[in-house]
Parts: sequence; C-alpha cells; structure tokens
Amino acid sequence: MQRLTFAYDDEQILEEINLTVQSGELLGLLGPNGSGKSTLLECCNRLLGPDSGRVTIDGDPIATLAPDERARRVGYVPQSESGAFPASVFETILQGRRPHGGWSPSASDREAVERVIDRLGLDGLATRNVENLSGGQRQKVRLGRALVGDPSVLLLDEPTSALDLKHRLEVMDLVVGQLQGDVAGMIAIHDLNLAARYCDRVALLAEGEVHAVGPPDVLTAEAIREVYGVEASVRRHRDRRLVVPEAPADTGPSAAEPPIEGHVADRPTPNTAETDD
Amino acid sequence: MTETATAVGERRRRRVGFLGGVALTLAIAGTFALAIGSVQVPLADLLAALTGGGTELHRNIVWRNRLPRVLGAIVAGGGLAIAGAAMQTVLRNPLGAPYTLGISQAAAFGAALAILLTGVGAGSAAGGLLATWLTPIAAFLGGMVSTGVILALVTYRQATPETMILTGVALGSLFQAGLTLLQYFASDTEVAAIVYWTFGDIGRAGWPQVIVMTVVVLAATAYFLRHGWDYDVLDAGTDTARSLGVNVDSLRIRGMAIASLVTALIVSFVGIIGFVGLVAPHVVRMVIGGTERYLMPASALVGATLLVVADTAARTVLSPVVLPVGILTSFLGAPLFLYLVIEGRAYW
Ligand SMILES: Nc1ncnc2c1ncn2[C@@H]1O[C@H](COP(=O)(O)OP(=O)(O)OP(=O)(O)O)[C@@H](O)[C@H]1O
Ligand SMILES: [Mg+2]
Repeated sequence: MQRLTFAYDDEQILEEINLTVQSGELLGLLGPNGSGKSTLLECCNRLLGPDSGRVTIDGDPIATLAPDERARRVGYVPQSESGAFPASVFETILQGRRPHGGWSPSASDREAVERVIDRLGLDGLATRNVENLSGGQRQKVRLGRALVGDPSVLLLDEPTSALDLKHRLEVMDLVVGQLQGDVAGMIAIHDLNLAARYCDRVALLAEGEVHAVGPPDVLTAEAIREVYGVEASVRRHRDRRLVVPEAPADTGPSAAEPPIEGHVADRPTPNTAETDD
Repeated sequence: MTETATAVGERRRRRVGFLGGVALTLAIAGTFALAIGSVQVPLADLLAALTGGGTELHRNIVWRNRLPRVLGAIVAGGGLAIAGAAMQTVLRNPLGAPYTLGISQAAAFGAALAILLTGVGAGSAAGGLLATWLTPIAAFLGGMVSTGVILALVTYRQATPETMILTGVALGSLFQAGLTLLQYFASDTEVAAIVYWTFGDIGRAGWPQVIVMTVVVLAATAYFLRHGWDYDVLDAGTDTARSLGVNVDSLRIRGMAIASLVTALIVSFVGIIGFVGLVAPHVVRMVIGGTERYLMPASALVGATLLVVADTAARTVLSPVVLPVGILTSFLGAPLFLYLVIEGRAYW
C-alpha cells in the first residue's frame, strides 16, 4: 500500500502509511490499543475507504475490483463480530465460499468446507451452533471461513487473542502453512512473542505512523518503550526474540535491560500487553 | 465418509424432509379445505369438479367460492411468512413483522381514509367496483407510504437495522393516532366498516386479487431463493458480509422493499392478519435452524399451511357464522408465539 491516509471524521488515524507484503510472507501489525491496526486492515479490504493513498494487490488497485473479485482475493477475519441469528459451524465456514459460488453452495464448496473443518480440528462440532462454542473455538471458525475461500491475501485481526497456548501455536502453524506458496498475510496481534516467532516481518504502529518495520529484530526494548510505554526486557531464546514486560514506563523503575543471550529457556512465556477489547 | 460429512448430510436430509413434510401437510389441508364447509363435497366429486365435470352446484362451489379462498389463503399465508422472515433477517431482530414497521397501521389508515371519503365500506356488498378496488388501493398506498419513508431514510442515512426499527415504530404510532382520529370523526356505520376492514378476511379476495397476489408472492419467493445465500452471509454481521463481497446496504434495502411490498399488497386485499408472518419463521427456526436458504421457502410453506388451516377453522367452527380469520390467527397466534418464546428461546 502506498501513502495510505485515513481519518474518522476529523480524527486522523493513519498518516501516509507505506507497507508491502510479499507472497508467502506474514507481516505482523503491532501497536497499542487504538493505534490503528484494525483500521489499517479494514482499509486493505475496502471496509473503509482511505482518504488518500491506495492499496494494490498484484498491481491491481483494490478500489477498482468488483466486490466478488475482491472477496475472492482477500480473506478477512474481523476482530469481533456479532451474528443476528445463530448459524452452525458448517454454515458459517460455508459463507466463505460465497464469493466463488452462484446462488447456492455446490458440492465442491461443501467439500472445501469439510477439509477446512478437518484441518482446524473442529470435526465433532460441524453442526453445532456457533453461539454455543467457546471463544477460542469461535475464533477458529472465523479463521476457517477466511481460509476456505483460498484467498491470495489474508487479513487477520487478532485471530489468536482468545486461544490457549496450544491452540495459539496450532492456529499460527496453520496460518503459516496456508501462506506457503502464493498467499500474503497481515496479522494484527498483541502477543509480541508469538509475532516474533511466526512473522517474517513486523510493523510497529504508533500514533498513525509506522514507527518501525522490519524483521522481528526491530522489537528492541527501546522501541517497546516508545510505542507501548512499557519497560521490557528483550532476550534471546533459540534465535528468537523473547519480550518480557516489566512495568509501565512512567510509573515503574527502569528495568530495561539490553538483550542477553540465552538462559531464560525454562521460564514460562508471558503474554505481552495482552488485551481483548 | 468423514464425521463432518455424515453429520452435515444427516442434518440436510432432516431439512429437506421437513420441507417435504410441510408441503404434504399443505396439500392435504388444502384438499380438506376445498371439501368441507356449509356444503360438503366428497373427494370424488371434488376431483370431478376441479377437472370440469361433476354437478353444476359442486363446480360453482369449488370454482367460484372455495378455490379462490384456499389459494388466497395459501399465497397470503406464504407471502406474509416469507416477508416476515425477510424482515427479521434484514432487521436482525426476531420481532421483525409488518406491525413493528408500521405497515399494517399505515394500511389501515389508508383504508379508513378511503371508507370515510367515499362513504362505502368494503363490507357493503352494494359498493361494487369502487368498494372492491378503492379501499385496497388506498390501503396499499398507505402501506407504501410507511415503507417509502423508511426506505428513504435508510437510503440517505445509514441502512442500519436500528434506524429501520425506530423509524417503523414511530410511523406505526403516527398512523395509529391518525386512525383513531378518523374514527373519532366517523359515523357509526363508517366506524363499523373501518373496524370490519381491519379484521383480516380471506373471503374478501376474489379471483383477480388472488391472481395479483400469486404473481407478486411468487416473484418475491424467487428473489429470496436466489439471494438466500447472500442473506445467510448478512446474518454474520455487516463487516463480515462486506468482506465476503456482499453489497450489504442494497441487500437490506431491496429485502425490505420487497417484503414491505408483499405485505402491503396482501394486507390491502385481505385486511390485517396478525402473527402468521411472525410465527411461521420462528417455527422453522426452531425445527430446522436459521439458515436463510431453507428458512425462506420453509417459512412460506408453514405460513401457507397455518393460514389454510386457520381459515378453514374460521369458516367451519361456528358454522353458519364465518369468522374473519384475522381474529382467529390473533387468538391462536399469541399463545403459540408465547410458547415458542418460552420453549425455544435458545435458537436465536
Ligand atoms: N467507527 C469509528 N469512529 C470513530 N473512531 C473510530 C472508529 N473506530 C475506531 N476509531 C478510532 O480509531 C483509532 C484506531 O482504532 P483501531 O480499531 O484501528 O485500533 P487498534 O489498533 O485495532 O486497537 P486494538 O488493539 O484495541 O484492537 C482509535 O483511536 C479508535 O478510537
Ligand atoms: Mg483492533
């Protein structure tokens, strides 16, 4: 996307954002609550029309794509959604085939849904009402709906926020697996450690601008203090960054430490600034 | 076969089975309704009369009297039910119904105005052509005014369900107040005619009205069948539906416009028939779940069956007195609806 600018009425949310995601690459969008991650994803999807700048997929400006064509290319998992009337797991995932289909689902649409249900491990739940699932199971269903359309771009808005440790890893593995080949992914995520582990690159958003973008190495204690206002220790663990939040920057004592090698392997991984809003 | 395929296939068979079962019930109820009444027509004679044979008396009763009435009940019930289902979907609200949107009240106001201005009620048999068509046309225009205001508002503002419901409720009480005002200034006979009009009665519709209703209801059903999947996606929420390529605003506006048109047309021909549009979709949601692709046709079948049965009961229970079916559906519909709310609350 180029020089993307977006404002809600007079409130400037995004200013001149430039980001590129390659096929097969996962870009993590990081930033505090209200920094514009969801807004950015919605601009990439034409849920919101940017005030200026443009978003292109394979060179095609998305603003000029027909709605069905855009929906076929872009899979989207919203941060939250509220259905009016309950639908089953199967029906909900089947919705993701709509941009491909005519007026009614075909046999191949149904088979695609069965495969996704199988991959997500939702087997026993296919006819269950989505409203009666746990928050984490529901997030998996929404992810399934985005995957089942075989999009070339995946926009994920905190798809792991309600998942337990194991399912976080499972779902991220699945997302990364889907990217193999020619799919580009963008994920808004609050868990810095998960981002460091799975994202090829991360973009730190703050006050409507990209504070830093690059490989997970840009997650330095200094960057975290500036963007999140949190003192954190950043360590290395098996060649990955491990971020341990210590205290809010303005109240607590400075606990920032430079990155040190190793020896925190047996500590549990804490979640960083995890919120559900 | 995978576990998923088995479970989903099983449920699909249940849905199709439900559709088939209701269709069969409707066929039986329809035949029964043709056969019974002040003159009983045995099945063999009924078949003969339908195919142009039999006695003149039977042919007259079946063709002039009962067939338009039964067909009228089928299309009116089916039309009200599919419009109710569509309104509930568009409004994302289980209370969506012609009454919530002020369409019924506006139609009643239009009819009352026509009765007052011409001095003839649809009830007076001597009214002739004027009475047959003027009152329904005025009622239809009334209903469309209410619809038009709602649609104009949501087109220029945002087409959110909340805007529609709030506008509908406001218009409903406005037209209700207008109706009361008209009745206050009306003579006794006019008040009687107005009150009589508001009780829905299928017998008011002759062949021409039945044909008009059939064409419109069939067209609306075709539209909702064609776009059932889109309405399914709409259920998931505005953002999700947009991200799946659905034009949310136009889908809402079109659904609303078609449902309102169907309702206003039916109400203007047969008067206010409460609860069919509300109860039928809820029965379907409770039995086979809320997938729009099945909900729409299944609601139409259930609504048609409900109204055929109710109308036949209204004709025969207090025979020779013929009750307006609107009274009966209100009496039966309210407890049925309460039962659904208490028993089946879990399904929405
Ligand atoms: N519909 C709206 N109208 C006006 N302002 C809005 C609207 N939606 C979001 N905002 C504002 O835009 C800013 C960015 O919101 P956004 O949802 O993009 O943040 P986010 O980075 O996704 O936050 P979170 O981590 O909490 O999900 C916030 O300040 C928010 O208050
Ligand atoms: Mg967000």
